Amino acid sequence: MAKRIDVSGLSAYYGAHKAIDDISMTVEPRSVTAFIGPSGCGKSTFLRTLNRMHEVTPGGRVEGKVMLDDENLYGSHVDPVAVRRTVGMVFQRPNPFPTMSIFDNVAAGLRLNGKYKKSQLNEIVERSLKGANLWNEVKDRLNKPGSGLSGGQQQRLCIARAIAVEPDVLLMDEPCSALDPISTLAIEDLIGELKERFTIVIVTHNMQQAARVSDRTAFFNLAAVGQPGKLIELDDTERIFSNPSVQATEDYISGRFG
Amino acid sequence: MVTTTTSPPPKGPDTEARRSKSTARPGDKIFLGLSRGSGITLLVIMAAIAIFLTYRAALAISKDEANFLTTSEWNPAGNPPVFGIAVLAFGTIVSSVIAMIIAVPVAIGIALFISHYAPRKLAAPLAYVVDLLAAVPSIIYGLWGAIFLVPYLDGLNKWLDEYMGWTYIFDKASDGLARNLFTVGILLAIMILPIITNVTREVFLQVPKMHEEAALALGATRWEVIRMSVLPFGRSGIISASMLGLGRALGETMAVAVVLSPSFVISGHLLDPGGGTFAQNIASKFNEANEFGRDALIASGLVLFAITLLVNGAARWIIARRKEYSGAAA
Repeated sequence: MAKRIDVSGLSAYYGAHKAIDDISMTVEPRSVTAFIGPSGCGKSTFLRTLNRMHEVTPGGRVEGKVMLDDENLYGSHVDPVAVRRTVGMVFQRPNPFPTMSIFDNVAAGLRLNGKYKKSQLNEIVERSLKGANLWNEVKDRLNKPGSGLSGGQQQRLCIARAIAVEPDVLLMDEPCSALDPISTLAIEDLIGELKERFTIVIVTHNMQQAARVSDRTAFFNLAAVGQPGKLIELDDTERIFSNPSVQATEDYISGRFG
Repeated sequence: MVTTTTSPPPKGPDTEARRSKSTARPGDKIFLGLSRGSGITLLVIMAAIAIFLTYRAALAISKDEANFLTTSEWNPAGNPPVFGIAVLAFGTIVSSVIAMIIAVPVAIGIALFISHYAPRKLAAPLAYVVDLLAAVPSIIYGLWGAIFLVPYLDGLNKWLDEYMGWTYIFDKASDGLARNLFTVGILLAIMILPIITNVTREVFLQVPKMHEEAALALGATRWEVIRMSVLPFGRSGIISASMLGLGRALGETMAVAVVLSPSFVISGHLLDPGGGTFAQNIASKFNEANEFGRDALIASGLVLFAITLLVNGAARWIIARRKEYSGAAA
């Protein structure tokens, strides 16, 4: 079930260094929200706070609240492992498990979550691969290693792996930056289909991509190198790219810096 | 190399000049000569060793009145000369297998602890201590084994005999100190622990972060991350490390010679004193052997060499069999 994300007063640190400062925003269910901004502005860090991956980094620490519907992900009783089972993530570089077959890659998350019958697994793997528009390309070689696929196929395999466990939210950290234009297009089409079922947040360096795939766009910026990143504005994508309300956003989008 | 490039040839008048200049640099030439010379020297040395061993071994085996592979006796000075390696092969393999059974899981555990569990403050000193273990000379291990470990293990041997005696291998049939293959195996395990730990630790540290994050993002616990990405990625490294350790265990001489009370008997009762290994037998007999006796010992050394080669070949085969699934392809 897609859920609403409601962030308030969130700051993230690497040791003593504050990477993002006091971010608040709401992400609606069944929508695509794109994060744009110059390198080092903290958009990836912020994304990683949404599934508690940030604290995996040594020294990583978070203050503030992230509500997923009515549950605070940073509540004292919340297990970060459980959070990551409901908030899926796709990374910049495709990272299928190299020692696993295509089938086992998609089933990996399911096997972590509990016991499934073989027939159930077959069904879910097929559904997930179809959901990731990969089924027709791999249905004859499910037992072959996932690392034998092309980069774009590997990334769709990772998406299939992420959606197989039916997460509430799908986070994507520059999912197309290592891919060629055709594979990129395939992933973008897929994002359009996936937002019918999931809440999607995508970090991208490609502004055309943000304009193509997202409903809402958030612009992050930092005052200077070494300063924490801040959310400058979040608005409908159309508005951000045509008539943003902050000058810095317009400067960035029109290519005047960054 | 420059001339075989497939890219379109660069244009310009200086192309030819640059090409010949790059092949004529003295530094390149010297380095090429050095590295080629080293490679050839290695091959020559290996060939010389192999020829020497095979020749001397053949001299001895041709005069052996018993089956060299199956005889449990070592009397090359007798008339007729009778000697065989059955006891040595048995003792070498059994003690090494015991060492591997103990050392490999412990080494993987230590390596995982250092690489993935221990706080940084603890990991560095711990790794250093493991390195120190590798620096202890093997004769020291032998003395420690004979003076401390043997009496200390007496109690364990009695306990094993009493409660595990039904397993046959832990049935202690004859009395005597724990100067047996079991003790040797434990001692060898301690000796090969550092090399296996160090190599596997290095491999575990090289697991790409993105593989671990893939598992983490699916909601894997720390142990599940290790099971899903660290161990599969490190698999070939674990095998290589184990083979390095096994190589040392198979060839260990002094520590075994000091601890074991050798005898030419094959006994499945691992706690009974006695037995022998190739290296230990060579070390204890070499000084008092005549020339023919030395040839016989060399013949046994050749068998150890062959066993080591076989083990390494098997390890390579295991690694190659699943190459397409290895992390190196990603």
